[in-house]
Amino acid sequence: MTNSIAEVVDADAILVIGSNTTETHPVIGAKIRQAVNRGAKLIVAEPREIPLAQQAEIFLPLKPGTNVAFLNGLMNVIINEDLMDEEYVKNRTEGFEELWDIVKEYTPEKVGEICCIDPEDLKAAARIYAKAERAPIFYAMGVTQHSTGTAGVMSVANLALLCGKVGKYGCGVNPLRGQNNVQGACDMGCLPGDYTGYQKVANPEARAKFEKAWGVGLSSRPGLTITEVMDAIESGEVRCLYIMGENPMVSDPNLNHVEHALRSCELLIVQDIFLTETAELADVVLPATCYAEKEGTVTNTERRVQMIRRAVPGPGDSRDDWMILSEIMHRLGYDNEFSSPQEVLEEIARVTPSYGGFSFERLEKVQPQWPCPTPDHPGTPILHVGKFSRGERAIFKPSPCILGAELPDEEYPLILTTGRILYHYHTRTMTGKNEDLNRVVGRSFVEINPTDAAKLGIEDGGRVRVTSRRGEVEVDARVTNRVSEGVIFMPFHFVDGAANRLTNNVVDPIAKIPEYKVCAAKLRAM
Amino acid sequence: MYKVVIDGQPSEVTNGTTILAACEQLGIEIPTLCYLKHLTPEGSCRICVVEVKGARHLQIACATPCTDGMEITTMNERIYAFRHMIIELLLANHHADCFNCSANGSCKLYQYAMDYDVEQTRFEEVTKFRPKDESSEFFNYDPSKCILCRRCVRTCNQLQSNHTLSLKNRGVATWVGLPFDKLFKDSNCVSCGNCVSVCPTGALTTKASKKYRSWEVTKTRTTCPYCGVGCQMDLLVKNGKIVGVEPADGPANSNLLCVKGKFAYRFINHPDRLKTPLVRKNGVLTSTSWDEALDYVAEGIKRIKAESGPDAIAGFASARATNEDNYVFMKMMRAAIGTNNVDHCARL
Ligand code: SF4
Ligand code: SF4
Ligand code: SF4
Repeated sequence: MTNSIAEVVDADAILVIGSNTTETHPVIGAKIRQAVNRGAKLIVAEPREIPLAQQAEIFLPLKPGTNVAFLNGLMNVIINEDLMDEEYVKNRTEGFEELWDIVKEYTPEKVGEICCIDPEDLKAAARIYAKAERAPIFYAMGVTQHSTGTAGVMSVANLALLCGKVGKYGCGVNPLRGQNNVQGACDMGCLPGDYTGYQKVANPEARAKFEKAWGVGLSSRPGLTITEVMDAIESGEVRCLYIMGENPMVSDPNLNHVEHALRSCELLIVQDIFLTETAELADVVLPATCYAEKEGTVTNTERRVQMIRRAVPGPGDSRDDWMILSEIMHRLGYDNEFSSPQEVLEEIARVTPSYGGFSFERLEKVQPQWPCPTPDHPGTPILHVGKFSRGERAIFKPSPCILGAELPDEEYPLILTTGRILYHYHTRTMTGKNEDLNRVVGRSFVEINPTDAAKLGIEDGGRVRVTSRRGEVEVDARVTNRVSEGVIFMPFHFVDGAANRLTNNVVDPIAKIPEYKVCAAKLRAM
Repeated sequence: MYKVVIDGQPSEVTNGTTILAACEQLGIEIPTLCYLKHLTPEGSCRICVVEVKGARHLQIACATPCTDGMEITTMNERIYAFRHMIIELLLANHHADCFNCSANGSCKLYQYAMDYDVEQTRFEEVTKFRPKDESSEFFNYDPSKCILCRRCVRTCNQLQSNHTLSLKNRGVATWVGLPFDKLFKDSNCVSCGNCVSVCPTGALTTKASKKYRSWEVTKTRTTCPYCGVGCQMDLLVKNGKIVGVEPADGPANSNLLCVKGKFAYRFINHPDRLKTPLVRKNGVLTSTSWDEALDYVAEGIKRIKAESGPDAIAGFASARATNEDNYVFMKMMRAAIGTNNVDHCARL
């Protein structure tokens, strides 16, 4: 997030796109509703009529995969009606002409047709957003998990820049990160092209810096992303895979393909707290402690670094992840000097400018947001105030709307979109071990519109078979107006009736994010 | 800045500071029931009264702002008697079967009754018995224990903004209920438990709280392990096991949690947790020692690296592990193994 969570309660207008906030980030969802209670106007653009839609001033049920068209449409209206922030665009951005070249095509009428929404609603939404003094945009996987996810993210940024809403209190571009430390894992350089703090592997200076800090030569060859690794295992290029605390056997797209890859991997090492579906396929399983049994820091979606602390001992012989890894490094002939997580954070602070000001001692008292370069720096609640990280000006990166990679056809006439629900989390490794939660929602399901259900002879609560080009599963049907005609929704948490047996592993060419949010499917009553 | 004197101690406060906040700054404790930090003060329970020099009536500390030169007394006979009476009135409408109550040990009404020497109420008992609602998977509601402080109603409406709870009827017949007298399980309740966390009595209690008393548990401040909001919370531990979670006033969550943060902690003590390393022998994952497992891993990595180079090895770090764990993982892949094949499920 460019801005802080606490700011949302002061908003005048809020745009939520591609995020079912009250279920996936419930406390931020509650704060968005607090703002609405105080008079903020809420605009919700989502394929499903999510709970927030009920409190929205305007709800736009976008056809899945049309975010970019919608965002371009908003900008079209804003420019045509002279609602843009001309000062800001003139002084702080570049590339307005290129932006206009693309968005001028996206008239409200055309966008209405692409997204299946009323052009008047689009205009009204554009006016509310552009005219509001404080207007944050919140988005999540509904924008990123597409084969055109990067274009979606860029378009969100374009919209905020056009209205001068970046680098200002109560505004900003605010991606909601799904997992408690997904922000931190990125910051820590668990990315094929980045060291910590987004220092690039491709940059010889950064590489030299880490070679010096770590006392070894480092590879300049770019690494592979998760989805590429799966393919590389199948082709025999990658022979050993080490997985720490992840469960690709439920979370990854096109599970049949993932299962095949993991089974054919010569040496699969899994380090986790349970024998997950992935661990069951492993050659070695290493038992780790969980968050309540160890110390360390995590970074939330607003870049705030906070502590986790040991409350209970770990079960049996389980060990902290960093300890296990240090032991393996030692056996591989590389010695760390770490004797505690505190010392690991000290090294992180030394090699990572944006984390330079963090230490356990300080985090006991305050929990600043990065960038926080020095121990006396207060942290950065709002990014890009006065200037942008790449220099004085931000560049508009416009993109036309390219529809999903796999669209409905005669054989697979429905669009399947996937997501999370309130009562479970990710692959249920943790939530699935709580009987009370399981009693509330214990089985996979598919949401289908009443009109489609009637056509297919499907009844609420009945069993159905959902099929895509990659697989098929059996689940309960929920007949509901939450989804529009032609669209079905499934949560991805469940192993039995796993949505990811169906999803498409085609990825965005830049961010390499799989297209979880759109694939073609068909449905049959059982 | 205003100058004030509280119980003879001079102090300075910023404009708009309430008497309650000014007392807090000096470490003077004032009893409160309806007051909650993130809600607009209502001043309805009146237990926080103090004496202000020159004012005829006692003043409500939570809702009265300090003025310059204010002289405040927080305890004397008059205040004591007033608070004593309020507690008696509350007790007249409270089913005080403390022996059977989950809130035993953490009940504010009980604590204040002790503090103000209230042994029994002078007033006629008017407790209204309504059916308990134990339909939620996570918490119970016993209306006969409710003292109508309205913390839960205001939390559900103003903070959680879910509009499940409201005040029903008027006067002595007032009670806290759900629309159309629904049960929690049939309502729009999202099981966040925020109403339960703020209830000062045993009216709203978690199902798990029957099994521990507040003096038996230790609290550890931590960060929720689920989504990216980063809510701060306290883990309640009894005999080495997590028995409950309380929200804390973190910068991101201001005392709120959702159902996962508040209730989904049972996986920690789950019997299926991995307790020893496992190595596949004759096709079966078999318990083994750390030394054997770690040697197996290291030998395997070394062999594959020698045969096919470091890029034949790949690693996925974890969006659920700490920064420190992820840093060491990334360092292992890059510095000890020599490949950039390191990723995690940010995209998934
Ligand atoms: S659990 Fe949450 S939603 Fe349900 S009544 Fe309590 S505060 Fe309201
Ligand atoms: S249920 Fe608890 S919080 Fe709600 S009004 Fe009654 S005593 Fe107060
Ligand atoms: S309590 Fe809920 S909203 Fe808060 S971090 Fe945990 S999962 Fe997210």
